Amino acid sequence: MSASLLRAENLHLWRAERHVLKGVDLRVRGGELLQLTGANGAGKTTLLRALAGLNHLEAGRVFWNDQDVREDRAGFHAALVYLGHEPPLKSDLTGIENLKYWTGMRRPLTDSAIAEALHATGAAGFGTRPVRTLSAGQRRRVALAGLVLAAVPLWLLDEPTTNLDTEGQQLIERLVATHLQDGGLAIAAVHHRLAIDPSRLRELNLFA
Amino acid sequence: MTWTWFHRLGSPPYIYRLAGILTPWFGWLAGVLLVGALYDGLVIAPPDYQQGDGFRIMYVHVPTAWLSLMIYTWMAVAAAVGLIWRIKVAHAVAAACAPIGASFTAVALLTGMLFGKPMWGTYWVWDPRLTSELLLLFLYLGYMGLRSSFDDLQRADRASAVLAIVGVVNVPIVHFSVVWWNSLHQGSSLSLTGKDTIATPMLIPLLLSMLGFTLYFVAVLLVRLRGEVLRRERAASWVAEVVAT
Amino acid sequence: MSDRLTPPLTAARLVVSRDLLLAFRRPEQLVHPLAFFVMVTTLFPLSVSPERAQLRAIAPGVLWVAALLAALLALDFLFRDDAQDGTLEQYALSGQSLTWLLLGKTAAHWLLTGLPLSLMAPLMGYTLGVPMSAGAGIMVTVALGSLALSFIGSIGAALTLGVRRGGVLLSILILPLAVPILIFGSRATELAIRGETYLAPMELLASVVVLSFTLAPLAAAAAVRISLE
Repeated sequence: MSASLLRAENLHLWRAERHVLKGVDLRVRGGELLQLTGANGAGKTTLLRALAGLNHLEAGRVFWNDQDVREDRAGFHAALVYLGHEPPLKSDLTGIENLKYWTGMRRPLTDSAIAEALHATGAAGFGTRPVRTLSAGQRRRVALAGLVLAAVPLWLLDEPTTNLDTEGQQLIERLVATHLQDGGLAIAAVHHRLAIDPSRLRELNLFA
Repeated sequence: MTWTWFHRLGSPPYIYRLAGILTPWFGWLAGVLLVGALYDGLVIAPPDYQQGDGFRIMYVHVPTAWLSLMIYTWMAVAAAVGLIWRIKVAHAVAAACAPIGASFTAVALLTGMLFGKPMWGTYWVWDPRLTSELLLLFLYLGYMGLRSSFDDLQRADRASAVLAIVGVVNVPIVHFSVVWWNSLHQGSSLSLTGKDTIATPMLIPLLLSMLGFTLYFVAVLLVRLRGEVLRRERAASWVAEVVAT
Repeated sequence: MSDRLTPPLTAARLVVSRDLLLAFRRPEQLVHPLAFFVMVTTLFPLSVSPERAQLRAIAPGVLWVAALLAALLALDFLFRDDAQDGTLEQYALSGQSLTWLLLGKTAAHWLLTGLPLSLMAPLMGYTLGVPMSAGAGIMVTVALGSLALSFIGSIGAALTLGVRRGGVLLSILILPLAVPILIFGSRATELAIRGETYLAPMELLASVVVLSFTLAPLAAAAAVRISLE
């Protein structure tokens, strides 16, 4: 299987009157992590959302495996998971139920697969409790389980270490490292750089 | 080929200049036609056989009612073009149309009411034409209300475009349902024009008026469009040059 | 990396079952539109007259206006929670057709709001002097009308996502579009109350229903993507 490749050329985006993305270029291969750094408001979240196809790009194109993502939007979305600031979980459902409906909408899941994913992110102990009873860090672990379960090549992560303690940050680094080793690629907006094998690390700094 | 012409229309400075050139033509022609229609309708044309001089308000009511519908359709078309091909000038056209269309609808309603008073002794009747016009006014107000509820202009443009398209699809359905409803109840003796054929001396001022009001709409649209374009492009350098002169 | 994707119909079914499950976890919320419906209907005898003949004459209109207002109120929570916790965004990014997902979501919403309203309507009709024999007719007409309303309303709900005081704006946007439903539905109800055949307006109402559930999810999906931009 040839390596996956995400390429973006000359991305321009305006938010109201502000020129947020001014000709951004990037290139990430399978096995690499691109870290987006920059001050608050520099456009990290906007860039991630634009790559995912949520925000509209005024100019520029995004290519996934050398195909313009606009030609097959559904196919592109099936190959990525985007995790924003808040974990996308319904507070009245349990962790297990959330995963069943969220990731289950993408690909068929078995109960054992769900249990395994929760175990991998340290959330096995509270998977059967309603999400509203969980702390912010616990919710993030459930969301990460969903990420692992989706088994997609492209991860778009917006500040994945938010609300996690040191052990949690190490979890993120482990999950990303495994993902990269399997040939996946990730783009993460971070405030603190992740400790990943430097040969796999790229960085893009955004200026406000 | 024709596509270059289409692409040029999408350029804000080009549209601004073009609109500025065309406005006086449309404006003066509209003025001449409307004065002619007014004179013909009020002075030359004979009073109606059944409805007397009160019928003369039809020379204003019929064109404005027809235009209120045409403008909504035109607004929806422009909005659709802006939505599908992401052309900003198209959104500006739609935005500029809305208040004009709403005003025409209001005038149509008012003239309809003015017709009703001497004819049936009451300002308001629930006849299908007036009721449809009233609902059309609500559609316009809803569109303008949706636009103004967003701070982000792009979202305002795109959301109101969806609304305009949904609205234009629904207008025939709404009109049909109102006509159907009305036929159930009265003997539909109360109808705004109630005429199947119009005698020629009355047809001419009507047509003049129709054409005159249409050209008037275009003239006002061009003026508003220039204002919209300036407002939207105010950060661009060409606007600074225009304002400086 | 898995190649097997969830089929679209299964995804839509998951959307429906999720929303139903969520609703049953908080059943109190389902009562609000129903309570509103009952209260609005009650206002008419209080403001007009308690005399049965008069009430029976205005019953179709009262039932339909009250049902329409209650349905508009209920539309508020079609997308609100999902937009706030980010799950709506995940729907748009799931690789599934958003149109199908919203079809499922709106259908689930009707099951939770419109269907209970249509079951309640004959009871309120009874309080307005309508004989119970007309109950079935009232139920069917209100069920169909509220179904069309849920779909048309979903467009308005998607357009006004995140807008301040969006509920009032939603009502203003949807009411003119809801007029055909109101006209055909109340006429069908009126005929049902009189014991006459109500096939003609029912067919018209049914065609509005078909039109709305085929076209509305498309428009709603476009509106949702615009709201997420």
